Amino acid sequence: MSGTILVLVEHRDGVVADATFELLGRARTLASAASVEVEAVLLGSGVDDLVGQLGAADRVVLIDDPALAEFTPSGYHSALVPVVRDRAPLLVLAANTGVGMDVAAGLSMATGLALAAYAIDVTVAGGSPLVTCQLYAGKINARVRFADGRGIVTLVVGTAPAEPGNVAGSPPIERIGVAASDGRIRFRRFIRPEAGDVDITRESILVSVGRGIGERENLELVEELATVLGGVVSSSRPIADAGWLPRTRQVGKSGQRVKPRLYLALGISGAPEHLEGMRGADLIIAVNTDPRAPIYGVANYGAVADVIDVVPALTKQLRG
Amino acid sequence: MELIVLLKAVPDLTEELEIDAAGTGLATEWLTWVASEWDEYAVEEALQLKESFGATVTCLALDTGSVDELLATCLARGADRVLKVGSFERPPDSHTAARAFAAALGGLSYDLVLTGVQAIDDVDGQVGPLLGAALDLPHVSVVTHIALATDGKSATVNQEYAGGIVGEFEVDLPAILGVQTSREVPRYAPVSRVRQLLKTAEIGHLDAPADGGSGLIVEAMEVPKADHQAEMIGGNADAIAARLVEILRERGLTSGSAR
Ligand SMILES: Cc1cc2nc3c(=O)[nH]c(=O)nc-3n(C[C@H](O)[C@H](O)[C@H](O)COP(=O)(O)OP(=O)(O)OC[C@H]3O[C@@H](n4cnc5c(N)ncnc54)[C@H](O)[C@@H]3O)c2cc1C
Ligand SMILES: Nc1ncnc2c1ncn2[C@@H]1O[C@H](COP(=O)(O)O)[C@@H](O)[C@H]1O
Repeated sequence: MSGTILVLVEHRDGVVADATFELLGRARTLASAASVEVEAVLLGSGVDDLVGQLGAADRVVLIDDPALAEFTPSGYHSALVPVVRDRAPLLVLAANTGVGMDVAAGLSMATGLALAAYAIDVTVAGGSPLVTCQLYAGKINARVRFADGRGIVTLVVGTAPAEPGNVAGSPPIERIGVAASDGRIRFRRFIRPEAGDVDITRESILVSVGRGIGERENLELVEELATVLGGVVSSSRPIADAGWLPRTRQVGKSGQRVKPRLYLALGISGAPEHLEGMRGADLIIAVNTDPRAPIYGVANYGAVADVIDVVPALTKQLRG
Repeated sequence: MELIVLLKAVPDLTEELEIDAAGTGLATEWLTWVASEWDEYAVEEALQLKESFGATVTCLALDTGSVDELLATCLARGADRVLKVGSFERPPDSHTAARAFAAALGGLSYDLVLTGVQAIDDVDGQVGPLLGAALDLPHVSVVTHIALATDGKSATVNQEYAGGIVGEFEVDLPAILGVQTSREVPRYAPVSRVRQLLKTAEIGHLDAPADGGSGLIVEAMEVPKADHQAEMIGGNADAIAARLVEILRERGLTSGSAR
């Protein structure tokens, strides 16, 4: 029966996403604990080449169809529902990405499998999954089980290493046809971001600002600090949404994933979508007025203080 | 063109959150509620579409006892009609909410349903895609741009991915879209106007089931120890700055100051 863990493969431009490797790595550990198999579900058109990247799976369930050449929510939904129904898996793992968010909830409603979203951890105890989910922008964790003992989990990107799941190999392929295609959502094109004035993924020092900066004018203080440190200014999403900094400076889920030597988080709460982009930095220092800000959960050093006071003081002392 | 926006209030994260006595939920007694951030974007986007295309905007919220102000704010901003749905003692899970909306929407005509992309208070996924599957309507989440075709039969929408890459889709209407951001910053609703509307506005009501559940069992909720990793630096701004300079020096990260 529930002899399998299904992993939804995400890929673009012929490359399997790191987020998928993170899932495959987790799935391997869970599969040994639960004595089940890992099946990678790969949707696309002419994607046999990608199977070689999915060596961490025991089998690849391949749905290859011109209608699936690019991801569409309706295309993936109609292709996946019968697969999940047929296999009655112990778990379906998807990344909590745009694609995962689109697919997982619809799959849950259509198949009756429960969904645990925004997960940061999954274990299997006594044969049934136990999931830790983040709520309230990282301020609360919930431990949940599935009433049926089986379910769908969307995992926050960056909460497991990609390496264990990134294994070359030639797992057996099981080909499945598309039952019914749903063309109500049609892919048109990708719009790729124009290169910005700086590439924050290449900078070794990032002075990053969030909504806690208050006023646009205060950015000047932060620019000065970045200059004395020899770094550049990056930001959380709301700062880019407000147009205070270009989108290319945004760190996080829908921005850039950065790994600088120093990441100074100034007035950034540390929502899961932000942490996704910066938790890999060598040294993280956070300044925030809220002693319970989730950013302190990933920071090496923290100070509960007003950025408007700390930033000029730091600039001044660095100038010495 | 008829646009529907679903919106809800969520706890204000600037206040301290506490777990209830059972250890499985939030203590709601002292909570302050605010409009869910992404729902504000959804309302703004609906109003922008109304202004550029011509449309009516209807805002729906599940009746959890305290949504009048949320809905009055929608009217103050320019929505045409507001409705409360069902009757709930406490905010329900997303699956229950989606089933309630699926029932309520059966009695309305609409071309487009806008939701916030997500909210901060659910564990069982987003209402938008759940509702899409329940009603068998196309759904796109993380939408950053919406353009309606002149015949009103389809929309071109942008979906945002990591790294700022955007997928452009054409979607047949009626459809459900999870809004990530609006083209303009959400417009201001004057407090006096909201107060006045709270007294005078007509808030309609639609029946909907309140049962179903998510199929999840919440075993425990806890406040993660936020400082489990960070070494905290005390003192005033100058003392903090001094310690930070030390830390940066130790790691050879202050060379930039020589430039
Ligand atoms: C699909 C999706 C994708 C997303 N992608 C991203 C992304 O790529 N990047 C991203 O950042 N977010 C992203 N988000 C948004 C994310 O959920 C948060 O809303 C966002 O990260 C919050 O930004 P913030 O920390 O600047 O603001 P807030 O959460 O509002 O935090 C501001 C912080 O500043 C502190 N503060 C206030 N005043 C001061 C002061 N004077 N001095 C010091 N501290 C102060 C407050 O205590 C608070 O902790 C995404 C959301 C979704 C749904
Ligand atoms: N109780 C509710 N009332 C109205 N809209 C809701 C409710 N719950 C969820 N929604 C809508 O669904 C979106 C996603 O929320 P959630 O499913 O909680 O992540 C919200 O931004 C709203 O647009």
